[in-house]
Amino acid sequence: MGRKLLLDKAHIENIRLYDVYRREGGYRSVEKALKTMTPDAVTDEVKKSGLRGRGGAGFPTGMKWGFLAKPAGVPRYLVVNADESEPGTFKDRYLMEFIPHLLIEGMITSSYALGSNRSYIYIRGEYAWIVDILDQAIQEAKNNGWLGKNILGSGFDCEIYIQRGAGAYICGEETALLESLEGKRGNPRIKPPFPAVRGLWDCPTVVNNVETIAAVVPIINDGGEEYAKIGIGKSTGTKLISACGNIKKQGVYEIEMNISVEEFIYSDEYCGGIGNDRKLKACIPGGSSVPILPANLLLKTSKGENRMMTYESLADGGFASGSMMGSGGFIVLDDTQCVVRHTYTLARFYRHESCGQCSPCREGTGWMEKILLNIENGKGKMTDIDLLWDIQRKIEGNTICPLGDAAAWPVAAAIRHFRDEFEWHITNPDDAQRRNFGLANYAEPLKVVV
Amino acid sequence: MSVEFSKEKLQEVQRIIGFYPDGKQKSAVIPVLHLAQQEFGGWLSSDTMDYVASLLQLEPIEVYEVATFYSMYNLKPVGKYLFEVCQTGPCMLNGSDDIIKYIYDKLGIRPGETSGDGLFTLKTVECLGACGYAPMMQLGKNYREHLTKEKVDAIINECRQNAAAKN
Repeated sequence: MGRKLLLDKAHIENIRLYDVYRREGGYRSVEKALKTMTPDAVTDEVKKSGLRGRGGAGFPTGMKWGFLAKPAGVPRYLVVNADESEPGTFKDRYLMEFIPHLLIEGMITSSYALGSNRSYIYIRGEYAWIVDILDQAIQEAKNNGWLGKNILGSGFDCEIYIQRGAGAYICGEETALLESLEGKRGNPRIKPPFPAVRGLWDCPTVVNNVETIAAVVPIINDGGEEYAKIGIGKSTGTKLISACGNIKKQGVYEIEMNISVEEFIYSDEYCGGIGNDRKLKACIPGGSSVPILPANLLLKTSKGENRMMTYESLADGGFASGSMMGSGGFIVLDDTQCVVRHTYTLARFYRHESCGQCSPCREGTGWMEKILLNIENGKGKMTDIDLLWDIQRKIEGNTICPLGDAAAWPVAAAIRHFRDEFEWHITNPDDAQRRNFGLANYAEPLKVVV
Repeated sequence: MSVEFSKEKLQEVQRIIGFYPDGKQKSAVIPVLHLAQQEFGGWLSSDTMDYVASLLQLEPIEVYEVATFYSMYNLKPVGKYLFEVCQTGPCMLNGSDDIIKYIYDKLGIRPGETSGDGLFTLKTVECLGACGYAPMMQLGKNYREHLTKEKVDAIINECRQNAAAKN
């Protein structure tokens, strides 16, 4: 069994309640930080841990904290990104729902390091019942002296507030999130200036994912070096993976970043294999934005090495033959699934979620959706495939925020690895309505079309 | 229905405004619109939005531009029970298309439509973060997950019984 640092106690009865959480060793990181460490020493431990942002980008957290500007007399803010909306991702929800005090504890310790006296949780609006759970946890923490003025006699003041969104994937992008928290449309800002310099209400701000902030708790309790001993290379520590699609055991798993993709899919400790004992066709390993990989490239890299559940190994081969760790939203497709239809639903998602600010994304996502629907419905033309390729290339890199890239990559990867299936839909429109392309052409190693 | 919060709800608005530094009450627009939608019939009329603007000392346009951006705000009347069925990739892999079709077969409503008795509205939504428990729908504050035809039947019955009990 792999070690668990975040969910090790999530199964304990009533761990949602303060008394139980505290009895199980909760809030020790706050005591340690506020009584024995300077704020900079807390940041140093996070740097030593090698922790990388768990929302999707994988940026080193300690470095992000180090960028925070600290002009005298200007408030600084910590904002926790709980706007979990990337298709395939439901890990933060699990953490907040089952062990909410872990997030609150991580926020207090992190707020101390950053000098934030007023910290926010921006949670997606649909997670309405989780707001109640977090509200209760905040109230309990406050009643027990972990929030408020002069916490533990340290002179440090901190309050935590929850802001509910109202349905917008784009608000998971940190500058759109800040706009939304200021009561505006979620249109991303042009960077620079970065939030670390001018963020919430123009003040220096750190925006971190729920899982990232929760990981600060074991890092402070056990030390950054201990945390960094887990995992391979620059993929340190544990990662929450939300596994879904055609597997036997869907759910949220905490893994040490040293297991293979094959073990994750087939071992009983994790996904337990493909559902209904079908065959693995493809997988999107890190949330819908990252490239889909066919089975052969998923389990082995193009060099023939075992692919591991690490940032580096999942990205091995670049976009030609690799993918990304992303948010850890692990979507598995079995051999009865249609890549064209699946890609169409993702294109529809991105069209729906484009904020409309940049024309390549606003127009391009709509075009991609329409063309994919035509192909799916047997009305496609061979030239449509090249047109799709052309559109996604013209979106990628040409927008203010990464939503453009996120919309382009799934379409690009589907064509790159499953071009045969698109062509089959176009040349056999009637067949494509009745049956599935299946695995047919993937028994042999793939020719990679870049 | 007149557009005015009760005394308790006005206190709730003041509590929300207290979450932000002085002068930043514009930030309260999203939570206060949630509250208004819940209190005033499940959707936001222009009267409701103007009322929210006056409470927060904003120009009405500042409220309209927010209300029209976010998908959880309904800008047209909806049925008493809003079925928000997810249709994105992971839900599709687990049969959400069949659930949407089954709701049409049972209630005769397509996405965006309300049943003749005013009880049910079907809305298709994009990923709600329940991919491992698909197919799913949001109903009010909660998620209904691992949907099957039988579960949809039970939910429809539950709504009808609740509606009858309130009449």
